[in-house]
Amino acid sequence: MSFDTTSHAAPSTAPSAGAQPETVQLLDPAGVLQENDRTAEFLPTIEALSDETLRQFHRDMVLTRRFDDEAGNLQRQGQLALWVPSHGQEAAQVGSARASRPQDHLFPSYREHAVGMVRGIDPVDVVRLLRGNTHGGWNPAERQNFHLYTLVIGSQTLHATGYALGITLDGDYATGDPERDTAVITYFGDGATSQGDVSEAFVFAASFQTPEVFFLQNNQWAISVPVATQSRTSLHLRGEGFGIPSTQIDGNDVLASYAVTLRDLDAARSGGGPRFIEALTYRIGAHTTSDDPTKYRTDAELQSWIARDPIVRYEAYLRGRGESDSFFAAVEEEANDLANDVRVRTLALEKPSTDLIFDNVYSEPHPRIDEQKEWLSHYESSFGESA
Amino acid sequence: MTNTLPGTAETAAPTTETLPLGRALNAGLRKAMSDDPRVVLLGEDIATLGGVFRVTEGLKTEFGAKRVIDTPLAESGIIGACIGLAMRGFRPVAEIQFDGFIFPGFDQITSQLAKLTARHEGTMPFPVVIRVPYGGHIGAVEHHQESPEAYFAHTAGLRSVSPSTPHDAYWMIQEAIQSNDPIMFFEPKSRYWPKGPVDFTAPGAPLHASRVVRTGTEVTVLGHGAMVSVLLQAAEIAAEEGISIEVVDLRSLSPVDYGPILESVRKTGRLVIAQEAPQNASIASEIASTVAEKAFYSLEAPVLRVSGFDTPFPPAKLESVYLPDADRVLEAVDRALAY
Repeated sequence: MSFDTTSHAAPSTAPSAGAQPETVQLLDPAGVLQENDRTAEFLPTIEALSDETLRQFHRDMVLTRRFDDEAGNLQRQGQLALWVPSHGQEAAQVGSARASRPQDHLFPSYREHAVGMVRGIDPVDVVRLLRGNTHGGWNPAERQNFHLYTLVIGSQTLHATGYALGITLDGDYATGDPERDTAVITYFGDGATSQGDVSEAFVFAASFQTPEVFFLQNNQWAISVPVATQSRTSLHLRGEGFGIPSTQIDGNDVLASYAVTLRDLDAARSGGGPRFIEALTYRIGAHTTSDDPTKYRTDAELQSWIARDPIVRYEAYLRGRGESDSFFAAVEEEANDLANDVRVRTLALEKPSTDLIFDNVYSEPHPRIDEQKEWLSHYESSFGESA
Repeated sequence: MTNTLPGTAETAAPTTETLPLGRALNAGLRKAMSDDPRVVLLGEDIATLGGVFRVTEGLKTEFGAKRVIDTPLAESGIIGACIGLAMRGFRPVAEIQFDGFIFPGFDQITSQLAKLTARHEGTMPFPVVIRVPYGGHIGAVEHHQESPEAYFAHTAGLRSVSPSTPHDAYWMIQEAIQSNDPIMFFEPKSRYWPKGPVDFTAPGAPLHASRVVRTGTEVTVLGHGAMVSVLLQAAEIAAEEGISIEVVDLRSLSPVDYGPILESVRKTGRLVIAQEAPQNASIASEIASTVAEKAFYSLEAPVLRVSGFDTPFPPAKLESVYLPDADRVLEAVDRALAY
């Protein structure tokens, strides 16, 4: 390994550029496990999963969807400024997040509610962000390294790459120690692939062979613009073009998401350099609650993706393995309890203190900020008790 | 450089050397990297070549390719990577090759780096230094002689500083690296080569302090970076004509240290602010406005600005017309004295 870019040779472990492997799908839309040449590599990974882990995938997806629905309702009732629905993308998110290890760092865009919940965020913290109570929401160090949402499209891919570069500088990869070797996942969407920052992240990641998985959720639409306007090639080919081994998966298949991400994270953390996963999925809901998707996409297209729903598919798979009604009922009840708890705590949220405007703009004291904070305090108190 | 330790001065070698500003920066970076293993340098051509101005020369040899990193040619990538490195606990120092190349990184600086401390609500500092060789006087092509400081002074969450002497360059780069806030470090590239004394044992002034560098009684002139030497030259010429000028080196563009500025203006009653940057919505404009508010009854004349014109930086053959020189400063001094 070398940080001297003048002496970089092409990584010998990389598959030949331009390879176009078929889409990896382990569960078909009916929930039937696919056993064929394409899936053979991944089936042992799935067979090794405990019943408890398999149930956890379902629970993660159902809880996130119920939370997502409830947050959308709260927005419609005027409690949130905006909501960003994740409905339809749960399998891509849960599978990839469950493949990560505790020491890994995950850099989301802003629709990764399921990833965040897997890593232990309080869903009300996402609500606080979209209600207008904060620009942040949580401390990543206390949320299993699930970093803050980033609203400027694609910016986080560079932060993730810089973080992963730091892992290489520290030597916290390729040691063979499973509790030390660290990898990074960065999430982004099909629209983001047009941003220069994403291309620059690919370049830096490839040049420095960072331990990093670029996880693209291609949900087909960047607000109203279809993916064909972003790219005339299949997006996973973008990764190959940068020298990053890339795989396209069925993003509505939680098992494919899990197995492929696990393989790629392990490759990255063991010194194999970055990997790219394109998860084909669909945003069933609107881009945000400010959006009206009926203006740009057809009902037939929507219905075709509803028929490939990730939760329905996975429930069929679990039932095929003999999972009982009582399990699904218990998850449903837990989801309702979660939604109710989120609603109660959202309604109890108070307006933040005006100190939030000034505090932490800088880490160290700043005379101008202090002066303006003090001025506001005097100004507000000048109105007396009746203000 | 000498390595005098505190308390050993009696028998040690001299603690002052005469160095060009660029070499003083090099020495300051070397000291910062020796003091803290988390300091890493990133930039285009900074490692093997030592930077196009050679400010990082020799540092890769001394500290290795893991601490002095040649990056791909992508400014947004450099800044974004620095952000991620800061999240990992490093203290990255980015070099932007020329002032005019800061703009491909502008979004990562203003939308991300500047806001991330607040977004994290105090749980994560962002000690990133962005070195920017700025300004004219070197006869270079378009995009290589600009003064973009005001964009960054306007952005909350950033600090901006600019040394004018080798001594300040040596100390201020170290203080900037020690700061837990993102700092734009504007290096007056035309001053990279002239030599000046550097005392390795005694810092000049705190990072965010402005400083009187020549005392006078009739007019205060204020500037930063390369403009300070122009102001000192103007003060020298004025002295021959019997006019006493006080010169203030701004040093910190954001936040501005108004204490010495206001004290000087209350004494002289007149202020001329000089800068290479265009005048409209500039740092000089902000200081003029603040001084008018805070020292209104001390002023004998309006605060005057001497700036680049509100045009793109011209082709090099015209830069001497565009850039304020001692004559342009003295023209404003005369106008101030005429009130």
